[in-house]
Amino acid sequence: MTRRAIASTENVLPPPIERYTLLGWVYKNLFNTWYNALLTFLAVGIIYAIGKPAITWSLEQARWDVVLVNMRLLMVGQYPVGQIWRIWLCLHLLAAVGGLSWGVWIRGYRLWSILFLAAVLGLAWSSSMDGSAARGHLIALDVIALAGFGLGRLGGKRLQRTVINLWIVYFPLVILIVRGMTSAEGAVPVVPSNLWGGLLLTFLLTVVGILFSFPLGVLLALGRRSPLPIIRWVSIGYIELIRGVPLVTILFMAQIMLPLFLPADMTVDRVLRAMVGIILFTAAYQAENIRGGLQAIPHGQYEAAHAMGLSGVQTTMLIILPQALRNVIPVLVGQFIALYKDTSLVAIVGLLDLLGIAKSIVSQPQFIGLQREAYLFVTAIYWLFSYFMAYLSQRLEVALGVGER
Amino acid sequence: MQNHATRVRSGTPFWRDVRFQRVFAQVVFIILLLLFFGYLIQNMIATLQRQGLALGFSFLHQTSGFDIGEYLIPYDRSSTYLRAFQIGLLNTALVSGLGILLATILGIIFGVARLSQNFLVQYLARLYIEFLRNIPLLVLLILWYTGVFLKFPRINQAITLPGPIMLTNRGIAVPWGIPTETYPSYLVILGIGLALALLAAAGLTWHGRRTGRTPLVWGWATAIFLLVAAAGWFMLPSPALSLDPPQVQGLRIAGGKQLSPEFMALLSGLAIYTSAFIADVVRAGIQSVAKGQVEAAKAIGLNGFQILRLVVFPQALRVIIPPLTSHYLNLTKNSSLAVAIGYPDLFSVSGTILNQSGRAVEVIALVMLIYLSISLLTSLFMNWYNRRIRFVER
Repeated sequence: MTRRAIASTENVLPPPIERYTLLGWVYKNLFNTWYNALLTFLAVGIIYAIGKPAITWSLEQARWDVVLVNMRLLMVGQYPVGQIWRIWLCLHLLAAVGGLSWGVWIRGYRLWSILFLAAVLGLAWSSSMDGSAARGHLIALDVIALAGFGLGRLGGKRLQRTVINLWIVYFPLVILIVRGMTSAEGAVPVVPSNLWGGLLLTFLLTVVGILFSFPLGVLLALGRRSPLPIIRWVSIGYIELIRGVPLVTILFMAQIMLPLFLPADMTVDRVLRAMVGIILFTAAYQAENIRGGLQAIPHGQYEAAHAMGLSGVQTTMLIILPQALRNVIPVLVGQFIALYKDTSLVAIVGLLDLLGIAKSIVSQPQFIGLQREAYLFVTAIYWLFSYFMAYLSQRLEVALGVGER
Repeated sequence: MQNHATRVRSGTPFWRDVRFQRVFAQVVFIILLLLFFGYLIQNMIATLQRQGLALGFSFLHQTSGFDIGEYLIPYDRSSTYLRAFQIGLLNTALVSGLGILLATILGIIFGVARLSQNFLVQYLARLYIEFLRNIPLLVLLILWYTGVFLKFPRINQAITLPGPIMLTNRGIAVPWGIPTETYPSYLVILGIGLALALLAAAGLTWHGRRTGRTPLVWGWATAIFLLVAAAGWFMLPSPALSLDPPQVQGLRIAGGKQLSPEFMALLSGLAIYTSAFIADVVRAGIQSVAKGQVEAAKAIGLNGFQILRLVVFPQALRVIIPPLTSHYLNLTKNSSLAVAIGYPDLFSVSGTILNQSGRAVEVIALVMLIYLSISLLTSLFMNWYNRRIRFVER
């Protein structure tokens, strides 16, 4: 009996591998029940009703030249033409660090990365680039990214720490390069921030927002969990106040009230005021995210640190924060994506970011009535970077193994 | 006495005592904070004095002197600033309330579609969600307003949909009812219907508690209300409302209800944008219900609808409610973006008041206070609701 039972298990077939013909797949996924068939017809109807006019419009009626003619404005705003090489320098550095990270962590050739490089090359070869310096820069971007990729692959895990440090240095460096540091005669003259505009301003607002709101958010989160009642209540008050009002009121307040609060001889330019508003706003949200991480730390960690004789500051800096922050990295990145999208609100207070520039372009007489083209382009840019960041944050989540320990 | 004194001298000095350090740190913190705010306020008062302004809210009773495009309560340019604030607040409440309702309906539809077994439906829902989640609301609103609602044809070439609903670049006109002389009595009938429905709901709930077989309480209550409403409509000697369809008269539209393009763009933009986030919340909520729950429900013989109503939905709701609250609040706060397309909501009206009266500090403080109270009230209510439906652990 046992022999037969054993023999029969040997003869058990593996589960069948599901194989479909094309028609079989269509039947299984689209027409398996009567209501699914109905839904399929409905969906096809919707795709046809929206897709057909959209395609005819974008290929035949749309005047995309409004975007092409104003491309420089949309990208860098009023940034002096003679200094645009500095923006390219930032992009080349980004390509280098990005390529390195790609080689160190992802290692493989993903379809999207090849498509991305091909898109950059395609842009370089397109006729609109004839005779402009952009073509050379675009090709250089691809070459630098590939070189970084090769180097990263060769270096492998040994380079991880270096690349992380490079990222940390990169963002302050970008601000320094874009802003400049010498007087008008020097190599990198100061470009005042009222000349920053377009996508450049959008990115700078995001980067500054990320860099400065993060430490403030950590402080507020620690303050909210502090055993000292006054510090705790002040932190709670700040966080709840900011989270209870819309960002646009804070930006408005920063534009109108900040000059009132400063001494008479001190002036702050409009971009800086918007930055202050964005930092104060994001810090409150980051504080709540970080608090989530802090609450997940078991109490034993505090007690163990205490038993080893670490002081309160040492416990926080060496034991608690590293673990807490690691747990909430995906949430923090999500908040930064939200911040990137929220920077578009500075257009309401009159700054010329990507959206603000588009608004001013369509109000010019020669481009009147072309709102669809301009704003669709802006939408596409926002979508592209936001989606890309969300994708990277998912990769980061996998790489860090969040939630697996 | 002697003993106590020696202990203090031989023990730790008082500045190393943790209790002292705590008090000291807080005192220093509060002094620094007060100094900082004192400095800011001193600067502010100095600046205001130089501009010849004084603080105070008495300006609210002055005449506003500007027009507002849309209002729910009577308003003209001789009304006070306070009245203008009220108009703005009511408009914000209207657009947020309707927006929340529409966003919830759309969000549930797309959240369920995202989990559909139908490949095409699932893919369309995914496209919708991924597109909207990754663009800024402000860009969507401006594109929606200038690219769609202002691009409708002029009034004399209005697109007429069955209804008739007319789409023009000056707004959307829909048929609307005009109250007749029997309207007040019809309102009384509706009140009776509501009372009956609530009574039935209470009775059915009690019955359900007693027998353990919960009937469709809200389904029955709605049915009773609709029945009374329909019976009343036909029993009255003449209809309570007469239908007033919109029609083109030269260069304007007469009759019906005309909804401005600003209102429609804001409402639909807010609802569509937030629905993508709600759809994700709904999907996550439904997926969070363990598969074994559905299998167990099938095993005890519940049918598909009963499984949804009695097993999946109550459990999913617990996961859905907290993030849903924050999306409702986001929608309310995001309605302040109306200022970008010219709908007179609270924020946009306040901007006009600020420019007219020059009272920057008071106006901004008032606006922030109102938004803050709305937020706090909503979270209080949702926290109460959340506690009510929370899983009661043994």
